Amino acid sequence: MDDLYRDFILEHYKRPRNFGELDEHDHEAHEVNPLCGDELGVQIAVAEDGRIADLRFQGHGCAISQAAASMASEQLIGMPVEEVAQLDASWMLDLLGINVSATRRKCALLSLKVVRHALTGDDSWPRDAV
Amino acid sequence: MSDIRLATPAAVLDVRADFPILAREIDGRRLVYLDSSSTSQKPAAVLAALDDYYRNHNANIHRGVYPLAQEADALFEGARARIAAFVNWPAASTIFTRNVTEAINLVAYSWARANLGAGDAVLITQMEHHSNIVPWQLATAATGAQLRYLEVGEDGTLSLEQLDRELARGDVALVALTHVSNVLGTINPVAEIVSRAHGAGALVLIDGAQAVPQMEVDLQAIDADFYGWTGHKALGPTGVGVLHARAELLERMPPFLAGGDMIATVEAQSSTWSELPWKFEAGTSMIAQVIGLGAAIDYLDALGMARVRAHEQALTAYALERLATLAGVRVFGPPSAGDRGGVISFALAGIHPHDVGELLGRRNVCVRASHHCAQPLMRVLGVVATARASFGPYNVATDVDALIEAIGEAQEVFEL
Repeated sequence: MDDLYRDFILEHYKRPRNFGELDEHDHEAHEVNPLCGDELGVQIAVAEDGRIADLRFQGHGCAISQAAASMASEQLIGMPVEEVAQLDASWMLDLLGINVSATRRKCALLSLKVVRHALTGDDSWPRDAV
Repeated sequence: MSDIRLATPAAVLDVRADFPILAREIDGRRLVYLDSSSTSQKPAAVLAALDDYYRNHNANIHRGVYPLAQEADALFEGARARIAAFVNWPAASTIFTRNVTEAINLVAYSWARANLGAGDAVLITQMEHHSNIVPWQLATAATGAQLRYLEVGEDGTLSLEQLDRELARGDVALVALTHVSNVLGTINPVAEIVSRAHGAGALVLIDGAQAVPQMEVDLQAIDADFYGWTGHKALGPTGVGVLHARAELLERMPPFLAGGDMIATVEAQSSTWSELPWKFEAGTSMIAQVIGLGAAIDYLDALGMARVRAHEQALTAYALERLATLAGVRVFGPPSAGDRGGVISFALAGIHPHDVGELLGRRNVCVRASHHCAQPLMRVLGVVATARASFGPYNVATDVDALIEAIGEAQEVFEL
């Protein structure tokens, strides 16, 4: 068994959840990883109770960034927006459950970065992942 | 796949012993270095030249009258003479810069801003490195000139017919293009392009960063107006690039960077410029790096650039043959090794280039996985990035075998 490319990572990479377009959404953002040119966009619909009603990613990337987006999407739908806007790098890395090298950290955090950007308008997070 | 055995190419060169880093192992595996298009490894002769300069001859150049400074001066200017001769160009119009990016910027600031205006066009190509795109975006924006592109065809080559059509528009002041593509490996017919551009009254700048390290380059035969390259891709140290330019153009161009060493006289309100090439070398030069590059050029000269080219062409042909035996591999660029330099960009179906790079890296097979600073070309190819294997004179056929084996293992990890 490979340490990084675990079967669940590859499974999410090959069949990513919640990728596509949302007809109606309240927030969206788009991020580019300047290192590799990978692009990831997100559209988010918020319910009246302030929770994420639905969410879709668009774009392409490596196995780590795609699996991270897919796995995150399953957790984020139903979560209060205020709580999502506070999620940090350790949440994402714990969720991934693999050891990510410093150079691949950007890949792992790209989806949370674009989600935070969409919800808060702040595209500077995470400073330590640059 | 592994039962298909192709004949390994006859070894033109085996100079691995000259490169100390190749003795290194990481996690018990030998280094399979296939990233020479990014930066080359350095032979012991270059390391010795750097060490010898700092140990025995270190002094500032150009104004010292004591013997040690004269030694440093002779080493520095001696290296310039040999580096210029290596590509058949006069030393007086051979200028040292930090890298090829700075060489191109020198022209984009000093020549372009004084010579371009509204109604002029700069013609570049879709296969340029960002270093030969962005300076022209800024220069054309600053001067009101237009920036146009020659397209890259399906086979990874430029169209001379499109060049002729662009030149016939009558407004092209400068054609700027790469000699050898850092992604596709395409060897452009630069002498032919220069001849056509000159016929239409346009100047030509060539980015030779990938060409000088791997083939014989005769600048008199190519006849370009500006030709830049960089030392660290040509077995030399980082921190030194080279710009060869026509002396009469350099004489008329204003200085690029101003300061010490580039002046003849400095009055309170004005100055006069030093003669060529020093007019364009402000501040203390990269003395050690130039001396190191001189040693690198001596090393390449002793190998013979025709042999270096034959060696890398044989490795490229072998790698192309072996890649063709693998399922799910797409190779970019001209199909024949004779039409390309020692660089192969490829895509593996179902595996992102970053993951290819990571998995090959575990076998100590060093390839680049990136857009290779050529995002416009990536868009033409319909990808965001590629994996790229590139050769130096120190690579051997077993490095290609290690690459093929590691690709097979990567496909196994991804269950393809």
